[in-house]
Amino acid sequence: MGSNHVNRRNLIKQAAAAGLIAVPAVGALTSCASGSGEDNKVEKGKKTKDNPLGVNKSAALEIYIFDGGFGTKYAKDAQAVYEKNFPKAKTKLKSTQKIQSVLQPRFNGGTPPDLIDNSGAEQMDMGVLVGKKQLTDLTDLLDAPSIDDPSKKVRDTLRPGVVEMGQFDGSPVWIMYYAYTVYGVWYSQKALDKLDAEYPENWDDMLALCAKAKKKGMAGWTYAGKHPYYLPFSLYPFMAKIGGPKVLEAIDNLEPGAWKQPAVKAALEAYYELYKKGYILDGTPGLDHIESQTAWNEGKALFIPNGSWVENEAKKTTPKDFEMRVAAPSGLDSGDKLPFGTLWASGGEPFIVPAKAKNPAGGMEQLRIMLGEASSKNFTKQVSSLTSFNGGTEGLTLPPGLQSAVDALDKAGKNIVNPRIQDWYVALQKEKIGVACLGEMMAGRMTPAETIKKAQKYTDEAREDDSITHYKHN
Amino acid sequence: MEHGKYRFIVGFLIVPLTIYAVFVIWPFAQSIYYSFTDWTGLSPDFKMVGFDNYIKLFSDEVFWKSLQHSLLFLLLLPLVTISLALFFAFMINVGGRRRKNSAVSGVRGSSFYKIVYFFPQVLSIAIVALLFRFAYNPRSGSLNAALDAVGLSALKTAWLGDPETALWAVMAVMVWSTVGFFVVLFSAAMTSIPRDYYEAALLDGADRITTFFRITLPLLWDTVQSGWIYMGILALGAEAFAVVQIMTTGPGGPAYSTTVLPLYVYLKAFRDGQAAYATTIGVALLVVTLAFAAVVLKLGRRERLEY
Repeated sequence: MGSNHVNRRNLIKQAAAAGLIAVPAVGALTSCASGSGEDNKVEKGKKTKDNPLGVNKSAALEIYIFDGGFGTKYAKDAQAVYEKNFPKAKTKLKSTQKIQSVLQPRFNGGTPPDLIDNSGAEQMDMGVLVGKKQLTDLTDLLDAPSIDDPSKKVRDTLRPGVVEMGQFDGSPVWIMYYAYTVYGVWYSQKALDKLDAEYPENWDDMLALCAKAKKKGMAGWTYAGKHPYYLPFSLYPFMAKIGGPKVLEAIDNLEPGAWKQPAVKAALEAYYELYKKGYILDGTPGLDHIESQTAWNEGKALFIPNGSWVENEAKKTTPKDFEMRVAAPSGLDSGDKLPFGTLWASGGEPFIVPAKAKNPAGGMEQLRIMLGEASSKNFTKQVSSLTSFNGGTEGLTLPPGLQSAVDALDKAGKNIVNPRIQDWYVALQKEKIGVACLGEMMAGRMTPAETIKKAQKYTDEAREDDSITHYKHN
Repeated sequence: MEHGKYRFIVGFLIVPLTIYAVFVIWPFAQSIYYSFTDWTGLSPDFKMVGFDNYIKLFSDEVFWKSLQHSLLFLLLLPLVTISLALFFAFMINVGGRRRKNSAVSGVRGSSFYKIVYFFPQVLSIAIVALLFRFAYNPRSGSLNAALDAVGLSALKTAWLGDPETALWAVMAVMVWSTVGFFVVLFSAAMTSIPRDYYEAALLDGADRITTFFRITLPLLWDTVQSGWIYMGILALGAEAFAVVQIMTTGPGGPAYSTTVLPLYVYLKAFRDGQAAYATTIGVALLVVTLAFAAVVLKLGRRERLEY
């Protein structure tokens, strides 16, 4: 066959080489190409006593809910209340596990829904949304009277810290966290009883208890090895307990010496000792969150750092007599700056009202309904988690884990910390510090000194990267 | 006649080429354009930033790691998969010796093996990845259990949880899931090779290895080359992404040990709100893919045998 013939195979091969192969890989991204949205908001309704946000009573409302550990029923129940209050309004509630894939094109096109539960693995980056002015300021909602008691503002019915968490630099409030999560060290009271032990309040007792457990063939700790950013749930408040709340603020502010602080070093060394002494469950670095929770439920390990969603998430594998508990992290010694009980608690399930939503007043009104006592109680009953509404647990029999979370909150009192690195710098927290530093250290592949150096390097890089929006504690 | 030919071909191709241009080339050109902006992917406004994204790319440690892994995939996967597939196909079709009164045949039970090899092909890659994720589980996975059972407990490790083994564990899954496809492809090609060649070789006393390298491989060259390109695409694109994303979760294994370019594109665009930077990485991926295709086509050019 001569080479000057255009034979079929050559033609195909060259076309393939030129682009058929490679082009689609890049082209896929632009499927969410940007367009510009026009301002097509609905007219506002009249503000009255029953309608303090001035909702247009016949305007449609579109809600998007993350369909994760909490499901969507609680939101549908609240939607029904909205429909009852505004019978002429057409409301739509959609749900997805892929918030970003579904909603990113709509933000780009300028036609986002009116209320979004921006949660889950595909959470849209809040720092970017705020930086690009894509969100509605929720101050109006916070200053509106509560749905239960017209003499109280919504703001005054919330748990401490929730409003601040929704702010990024300054006074506007961009996010309303609906769930309230208690982080800490989770364990089974039954397992401790079997070892004839109390929850250890300082690190020597912790090590002694782990040694005792090891003799019985039980590991002291396990954690989500494939998602080591679960470790900070107990590690960060531990740092704060040792050195005071300023320690965490320095980390959040991406300060040059943040990871070199003595309290940070002490905390990392204490955790590293768990590895050195063999108190970590075998194979933990290869387990994901579900697998590690299951091993913990099976009594293979005593402690696991986690958040209060674990009770609902691990329901299927938790034995009936497990008696799930959460405790604040054990301290280091008597030199600690904060008392035992210092705890990480903060808002979860971030709800946002997009700046370009057609009916922002409706979105906020829906949130006002959800933050009422009835809806809040309904949520707690359904998914055994607290909401940001302060109270709403009276008269409910809480499951053991949640009850212990409420007790832990009581015990913590004012000593609640809320490291913002988790929501300000997602990539830095989860992947750089979580996986590449803490995960490696707890698997024994890096020493605390190396971990500190690396974490500081990543922190410095994030501070110097001006494509990231930076935030500071006031 | 020669003149009219090209017009004739273009006439036929105009519709598909237009579709291709609108739906593939145009978004692709757009992507390159976006790589010069600061588009977040979460808002319609952005501005031009010149080469900022490219400069950032050069000092991005994770990008280089992903590139390194993607290149490793690109070199090793086709090599291992195609060698294995050639070996299996050869054994199935011509590896056997003098049975059923025919000079050339496969090994005993070859039709059964063909089905066994092809089986993984009917499973979606997501399911394969999930199955192996369970198999690699350090506590309850079948792999460590098997090692225990044969007395090799010392070899047990956390597979996907250890940067030393994670990348290899992921690659093994990709080989497992694609080798069967090539066995079938090569088998089909081998059956079209005239039997007389093999019989002549046998009469001359050639052994299996000689037969393979002197007859089978040269006559199969075109098919091998196509397979090579196909495997390269899998290694650079969707399959590598799926396997890494599902099996190692998070940002691509412990200490970035399994990040590959398509996963990094995804993370930047859909987790970090840096869509423009993601398109920049995409452009890098495009360059790698084009270079790969060019090299394979250049190296693969040979005299074609007619039979």
